[in-house]
Amino acid sequence: MKLLRTTLWYAVSIAVCVVFLFPVYWMFAVSLKRPEEIFRSPPAWYPSDPQFGNFVVLFTDGDVWTIVNSLVLAGSSTLLAMAAGSLCAYGIVRFHTGGEHLATFLIAQRLLPPIAIVFPLFLVYAQFGLADTHGGMILLYTAFALPFVVWMARGFLMEVPLELEDSALVDGCTRFGVFWRIVLPIARNGLFATAVFAFIYSWNEFLFALVMTRNEVMTYTVQISNYFGPQSTFWAKISAMSVLGMIPVMLLVAAMQRYLVRGLSLGAVKG
Amino acid sequence: MSPAAVAGTVAPPRAPSHAGGTRAAGVAYVAPAVFVLVLVGLLPFLWSIWVSFLNLAGSTRSGDFVGLANYQKLLSDTKLWAALGRTFLIMAVALPVQLVLGMLLALHFQAERPGKKLFVALLALPAVISPMVAGSMWRLMFDHRFGPVNQMISAFTEKPVVLLWVVKGSLPFWSIVVAEVWQWTPFMFIILLAAIANVDRDQMQAAALDGAHRRHVFWYVVLPAIRPVLIIAVLIRALDLFRLFDVVWQLTKGGPGNRTETISVYMYIQGFQGFQTSYVAAIVVVLAIVLSSVLMLALRRVRLDR
Repeated sequence: MKLLRTTLWYAVSIAVCVVFLFPVYWMFAVSLKRPEEIFRSPPAWYPSDPQFGNFVVLFTDGDVWTIVNSLVLAGSSTLLAMAAGSLCAYGIVRFHTGGEHLATFLIAQRLLPPIAIVFPLFLVYAQFGLADTHGGMILLYTAFALPFVVWMARGFLMEVPLELEDSALVDGCTRFGVFWRIVLPIARNGLFATAVFAFIYSWNEFLFALVMTRNEVMTYTVQISNYFGPQSTFWAKISAMSVLGMIPVMLLVAAMQRYLVRGLSLGAVKG
Repeated sequence: MSPAAVAGTVAPPRAPSHAGGTRAAGVAYVAPAVFVLVLVGLLPFLWSIWVSFLNLAGSTRSGDFVGLANYQKLLSDTKLWAALGRTFLIMAVALPVQLVLGMLLALHFQAERPGKKLFVALLALPAVISPMVAGSMWRLMFDHRFGPVNQMISAFTEKPVVLLWVVKGSLPFWSIVVAEVWQWTPFMFIILLAAIANVDRDQMQAAALDGAHRRHVFWYVVLPAIRPVLIIAVLIRALDLFRLFDVVWQLTKGGPGNRTETISVYMYIQGFQGFQTSYVAAIVVVLAIVLSSVLMLALRRVRLDR
């Protein structure tokens, strides 16, 4: 009876994983197929002769540049958002700065659909020539990541014991010194997780990039959408680029399992 | 992505430190973040309020003042209301399915068995993949000739089936729902798994000892205990579904015709392909007002419930 239940449990678990991972498997499988095998009907369940040609094409055609763009935009904006965001979170936690109003203001930034944020911004960017520039996009992604960073960092900073800070202040440390030398090192792991998730969200972002980037700083997500042409669909490139886009996220999340619940729920739920 | 706000309602901020902390001192800490958000969030929004009273087209710099004309147009725009209704319809179908499936998975994975962590890690994957990539993935899956979905159906029915998933009849709607449910059921699962694991074990055991059926333990002990988290998870998903864009854009671009246009897709098409700048600005303003009122009310409820 017990054996039966255990077997059943594993059977269900494996079945669920197969169902949920099949599309991901399919994307990987297509990316490893030869171009002529991709367009076989009925489709082949696995690449008969796995090869990396589809990835090589991304490099030789220069499409991989969009991955570099995504990396630069997500990376720089994460750094900026972490700097401004952790300071802001500390102000909220220790001084209760802004109270309800600041909280409401932060909510408002995340409340609207991105299209409602990016449309007005596009009007302004168009006026000042900021659309399709690195600076403009990094500023946009920094603002995009900030509310998330503030709220997630806030949870971790609240866990830093007040007594430690108070005794450092008594010992003559400045307030900023306390933040820099005591609070940040203690909350290090949580803040690192916050940065990782902020990076993932910017890395995954599509709509802002679709609106704001044309040539100069086109991200890999926009590049993938461009592969879906009105006449033909470039499946080899779609799959290879998607795999390149998924791999960093998979690695980061594997390393961040402990913080997954917080990261997904924007710090609202402690896992 | 969403309401950070909710976080605040779950765990209120600790009282200010006694050791030399004043509100004024905190201003310096929050200033950089607030500056960026005012610059990139608030100012453009105020600008678009102004634009909504003009008749700008494309990205031209000047237009005539037309008063409330754009708002009048908005009220009688049947396509806009259809898009809004469609967005809610997708939400009404996808959200309950995600919730129930996620809950079932979370209950299944309460068992402590070797390998559980690996299963959970694998199941979390869809929720962290770019929604845009997820949309492309399902476009490949649903392709009528080269995709595996039709092939699987054919294997079941034992005759060739060629369903035009992203083109024909109500199939595009369902392909969007499938992609949505696939990507975000894991989100519900991960959140609920943690929430249920945090429920007081003693209480559950006591209820079980008193002869309560497992179903009753779930309804009367587990569910009330995880209620706050449940509300947050549903709120986050509802807001995400309301802004649904990426998956739709990849699967159908709102088509065929405008049969799968969500509110975000409609606004994108009007703004960036129809160049109705001032009109979309008016929609932005109305959405902002309606959404913030609704959410403030919702958050007040959550807060009261605590």
